Amino acid sequence: MALLYVRRDMLAPQAPPASQSGAIHWVRDNLFKGPFNTILTLLAAWVLFELVSLSWPWLANGVWSGASSMADCRAAVAAKAGPDASGACWAMIRERWPQFIFGFYPPELWWRPILTFGLLFVALAPVLYADNKSAMSKLCGVVGVLTVICLIGADGFSFHTVLTIALFAALTAAAAIKPRLLLIVTLIFPFLALWMMWGGSIWGPISVMVGFALVVWVVITAQPKLGTIAATILAVLAFTAFFLDPISSVLDLAAGVVNFVASWFTSTNWHPTLAGSVFGLGFDLRNLLPLQPQVSEAWQAMLPYDLTYVASDKFGGFLLAFVIGVSSISISLPLGILLALGRRSDMFLVKTLSVGFIEFVRGVPLITMLFTASLLLQYFLPPQTKFDLILRVVILVTIFSAAYNAEVVRGGLAALPRGQYEAADALGLDYWQAQRLIIMPQALKISIPGIVSTFIGLFKDTTLVSFVGLADPLRGITTIVRADIAWKGIYWEPYIFVGAIFFLVCFGMSRYSMYLENKLKTDHR
Amino acid sequence: MTLATEPPKANFRLGMLIYDTRYRSYTIQVIVLILFALGVAWLANNTIENLAAKDKDINFGFLWNRAGYDIDQHLIPYTNDDSHFRALLVGLCNTLVVAFVGCVLSTVLGVIIGVLRLSKNWLVARLMTVYIEIFRNVPLLLWIILVYVVFSETRPEPKAFKIVDGTSQAQMNFFDTVAVTNRGMNVPYPMLTNPLPTFNIGFMPISLSLLAVIAVVAGSIYANILLRRRTKATQEATGIRPTIWWKSVLILIVPVTALLFAMGLHWDYPVFKGFNFKGGLNIAHSFTALTIALTLYYASVIAETVRAGIQAIAKGQSEASAALGLRPGRTMSLVILPQALRVIIPPLISQYLSLTKDTSLGIAVSYLDLRGTLGGITLNQTGRELECMTLMMLIYLIVSLIISAVMNAYNASVKLKER
Repeated sequence: MALLYVRRDMLAPQAPPASQSGAIHWVRDNLFKGPFNTILTLLAAWVLFELVSLSWPWLANGVWSGASSMADCRAAVAAKAGPDASGACWAMIRERWPQFIFGFYPPELWWRPILTFGLLFVALAPVLYADNKSAMSKLCGVVGVLTVICLIGADGFSFHTVLTIALFAALTAAAAIKPRLLLIVTLIFPFLALWMMWGGSIWGPISVMVGFALVVWVVITAQPKLGTIAATILAVLAFTAFFLDPISSVLDLAAGVVNFVASWFTSTNWHPTLAGSVFGLGFDLRNLLPLQPQVSEAWQAMLPYDLTYVASDKFGGFLLAFVIGVSSISISLPLGILLALGRRSDMFLVKTLSVGFIEFVRGVPLITMLFTASLLLQYFLPPQTKFDLILRVVILVTIFSAAYNAEVVRGGLAALPRGQYEAADALGLDYWQAQRLIIMPQALKISIPGIVSTFIGLFKDTTLVSFVGLADPLRGITTIVRADIAWKGIYWEPYIFVGAIFFLVCFGMSRYSMYLENKLKTDHR
Repeated sequence: MTLATEPPKANFRLGMLIYDTRYRSYTIQVIVLILFALGVAWLANNTIENLAAKDKDINFGFLWNRAGYDIDQHLIPYTNDDSHFRALLVGLCNTLVVAFVGCVLSTVLGVIIGVLRLSKNWLVARLMTVYIEIFRNVPLLLWIILVYVVFSETRPEPKAFKIVDGTSQAQMNFFDTVAVTNRGMNVPYPMLTNPLPTFNIGFMPISLSLLAVIAVVAGSIYANILLRRRTKATQEATGIRPTIWWKSVLILIVPVTALLFAMGLHWDYPVFKGFNFKGGLNIAHSFTALTIALTLYYASVIAETVRAGIQAIAKGQSEASAALGLRPGRTMSLVILPQALRVIIPPLISQYLSLTKDTSLGIAVSYLDLRGTLGGITLNQTGRELECMTLMMLIYLIVSLIISAVMNAYNASVKLKER
């Protein structure tokens, strides 16, 4: 019987020392590790303390309602916290809320922008969640409820509310049963939004839609029988006849060229309206083409249906920011992709033109582009052309962000391995098939962060339109509010409010891009 | 035995212009050229017609006419009797000075914030994240206007500084040398009692005193570089690094101090006299607001670039440096940052470009930069939109191209040399 010297059971593990676990360890490790870190922490804590102690009384004494001027606010703060206390005056936001959101849009028509804004998300649903039934129907439902709440808030319970409820119920059902149906909304939305926002005859947007449908129909029917080239030519012809005035455009152009050349040789006084006398024959046809206004007028005469027209100078506030932001974002991406492809093209001329365009636009500030829209466009367009200011600004902002998008997409294209292009060639795909099926899906995936940050930049830059006389929320509306004698001397509150909304939208966009990046990540690293 | 190896007949058919990929690109390019030429012709024709209708011509002669307006902040001598062209140059200088100061300050601040955001210190990292997100996601215009409004609304009027019975309502800052009123900032200005002469080259007055100071500082820096090089050579030869910090301090400080002393440097302090401050340098709030807002905003953007650059460096690098026994600070400055620099510089170039272009937002606070002079007052006075806008865009374009050329050259010099 030997004595056992070896322990048979394990000792229970001891708890780590207090300094190596729990809150104390975390604090020591994350806040006070070494003298430098300690100084940093103390400095940060001091900054935080200063910020909070400066702003807290101001926030806590804030007046949220029941004041219609700065004097009311000051009185309310003095009653609440003593004569020397400072307090925020959020009541201003409450009073000026409609102006910040809608600008000068007539109050009885507020239901139109609200409904359009709601439908925007329905139109975006197929893009945001391709074929994800539950997500799409949830989105439609939630947006519908919010839209109805906003409508009731703006307008009371009215006919439009019932209409909206029915519309969103139908859309939610469609999303739940057959999500593809929502693509129709996506296709119609641009025309619908234009009509809802500006009003006028319904037949204008419908005839434009019919024109596009006609072009698509021509391509689809002609392409199998006549081949791609003939179909393209036919489509261009159909488009031209429907939307443009080819005869007088060609005549004007020809006259312009003749004049221009003539002016080189003669260099004496030549007459710019020479065109009219030389090509006078063409003028009768001008009344017939383009077809689109004729069609829309004929329909309007048969079955008149109008929404009250709202002029562009009534747009303002966040409504304006969203109109410019959304339309420029949606047009600038395809344009940017085309420019990027042009820049990487083998064709010398296409490449040169793309590079020149992109570098020029990226080399000048957006403000100069906006001033071009408001000052110079009147020189570049035919005389007596009337061109809506919002439309002009949208076009210039679109061009601006298209150039930036082009550079981002070019980065994505450059990042693709050469093998992808070669594989597409080896499969016998032509240029557009290869781009559509192989190159773009990968290149765009790589460029998502860059594209979204261009979009964020664009949305922030919509504030610059105030310099050409539009009432954007940041400078336009806030200046109006601050010029009001009742709100004289208010400055923190409007800027904080506007900044907070911009922050929400931009931060939301950047988070969505991170979600998308994660969702599309297919490499297993 | 003649099978399908025979090459196709080289006869050119018209259809090949469309269906043969060898010729199709020419067809497309010709069509593009025609369309482009037509477009340009259309625009040119419209412009000519419109100009004729308004009874105008394209003429840059107005640049030599009297400008007739004042610009408070002018780096080259300017009075309202000078020409529009000189006003343009003054505006360009104002644009460039804001761009330069903004680039330098935002780079310094951005690198600090970017590095601190990756710090292991929980509080500091969170604070920096909040800073970056707030500044990045709110329009720059808001920061410019807000800073300007806060300066001009919260500060007292100049008369509040008037000393009545030994006290004044408002106090000056920094030991009574800086006065911030609602109209501007009055700061001390360096003066020389016996300066070197000033002479003019064309339109630019060149101050020899300033040149002398710059030359002496550059010389000291070069001497210091030589000293460090010699020290390094000594260290490599003998293994002992001589202590040189006091020599560096002497070389860098003594010559310039001696020069300034010889020229009789003294400060001209702003003093309240009559109704306003006299003496010193008055800096308008528009300049301050624009500079501060650009710095804070672009610091957040640059911080993100710096963070991305640092995170792009493989973790093995910092582990290797830790294995060599380098402290975290030395790891950052000797191992991580030099490598991260190569990732950081290309996006940094485009941020400098954006900053330079965004100086045009000075319009919001009436800062008279290139856009304010040439594209603002000159344009309104002369009514020559086409000429002013074209010239302004051209100048911005040239400035952008120069900045990107310089930065690209720098990028090429620090790039990893691969053979």
